[in-house]
Amino acid sequence: MSTVPKLRMAGVKKAFGSKMVLDGVDLSVEAGHSLVILGGSGSGKSVTIKCVLGLITPDAGVIEIDGKNVLSMSRREREEVGDRIGMLFQNAALFDSLPVWENVCFKLLAQKRISRAKARDKAAEVLAQVGLAASVGDLFPGELSGGMQKRVGLARAIAADPDIIFFDEPTTGLDPIMGAVIDGLIVDCVKKLGATAVSITHDMASARRIGDQAAMINKGKIVWSGSAATLGHSGNAMVDQFANGEREGPIQMELRK
Amino acid sequence: MADALNPLLILAAIGRAVLNACRTVGDVTIFAIQGVLHLFRPPLYPRLMGRAFMEIAYFSLPVVALTAVFTGMVLALQSYSGFSRFGAEGAVANVVVLSITRELGPVLAGLMVAGRIGAAFAAEIGTMRVTDQVDALTTLSTNPMKYLVTPRLVAGAIAMPLLVVVADILGVMGGWIVGSVKLGFNSSSYLASTLDFLRMEDVVSGLVKASAFGFVVALMGCWNGYNSKGGAQGVGAATTAAVVSSSILILALDYILTEIFFTR
Repeated sequence: MSTVPKLRMAGVKKAFGSKMVLDGVDLSVEAGHSLVILGGSGSGKSVTIKCVLGLITPDAGVIEIDGKNVLSMSRREREEVGDRIGMLFQNAALFDSLPVWENVCFKLLAQKRISRAKARDKAAEVLAQVGLAASVGDLFPGELSGGMQKRVGLARAIAADPDIIFFDEPTTGLDPIMGAVIDGLIVDCVKKLGATAVSITHDMASARRIGDQAAMINKGKIVWSGSAATLGHSGNAMVDQFANGEREGPIQMELRK
Repeated sequence: MADALNPLLILAAIGRAVLNACRTVGDVTIFAIQGVLHLFRPPLYPRLMGRAFMEIAYFSLPVVALTAVFTGMVLALQSYSGFSRFGAEGAVANVVVLSITRELGPVLAGLMVAGRIGAAFAAEIGTMRVTDQVDALTTLSTNPMKYLVTPRLVAGAIAMPLLVVVADILGVMGGWIVGSVKLGFNSSSYLASTLDFLRMEDVVSGLVKASAFGFVVALMGCWNGYNSKGGAQGVGAATTAAVVSSSILILALDYILTEIFFTR
């Protein structure tokens, strides 16, 4: 059995001007596992995954996928790694000008793994996996509800059979029932693909449903990692305060009075 | 108050503004070079080029056509009124065709397209930027510059000359209508005078200008949209900046190209 983690981040730092957003992030996810990164607004969650996706270049540190440092790769090698990654954005980030079927098969079409003629059938197949009818494929994103947009975003993220999938606050803006539906779909899809999942969220119910590992980020540093099942009674005061939504504790919100 | 009048602070403010302007010029230049270089590396996106081409050439046609016709008509009236003071009314047809083909056709079409297309490109790409769609492209194995910018630059440079050919024809036609219907010129001699006076270099110089203006309009629309920040306000600011900057650049570029073509 391989001991090389699917994703490893070590000492990753990123500052915007004088503001240090990531201050030495260390993370590791084994292949086939689902990691949930928790943290308050502005704690550095999104910047962490944007660094892995290559959308932001860190100032220092190492990011390894399958044991290879992506930060020292050539552009072409980086693109090849990117081809094996899927991403569900917080607001789905569907392309308004394209119909749903083209959104879903965008990566397959971009990689020329499928012809436009076959893309509609493939889109219908993937849409079925996220509980949407084939007829949805002919609609435009603007015609969909928030929950449907998230499901189409999930379909787009899994359509190219990625090895790693990132989920950026997958349940934000959804009602609790739809949030649970999306979480269920995420778990099913990730298991079916055998993929590694990394999610960022501050929705505790969602974190417990989709994660088997969890890590907490605060002020740009990972302050705790452990089993997602222990959230709320982890023994770490910071994690427990966050998980239980308590006002008093080591995390102090900076409120102007 | 005393600080505000400190000459060193004023100098520092001017210095900062100059440095910012230099940085912006550098950024736009690098952006333009990257956009053009992507044209030589596959994949190309002919469908997107075609869509941008239709947006510029076909959907801008009514506004450019109306502008050209009325400009030609006004030009004929004004030049007749001016030239009649020293008995040179016969030069009206020549002035109209020269002004339209060399200057007014490309410049006015450029300004109209800047208002329509520059704003549309900035708003579309800006909205994509603030809603993570540009980042989504990267995660979907697609280079955003290649997908969003290069097709629009190519379409701008190709579509504008075609629009200006139409603007030239309609502008001259506007002058001819006013000349023959209102000013009493003989219709066929007005047209003969126009064609006799017109030289190929007048038309070609106008079309070269048009291609440069089309490129600039697309470039400023894409650049401002691509670099927009924040939400709706950021997109609005990008849209305004795209129209203002491309309009100013069209006028500045018009002077530079006129110097190159006609000052010998």
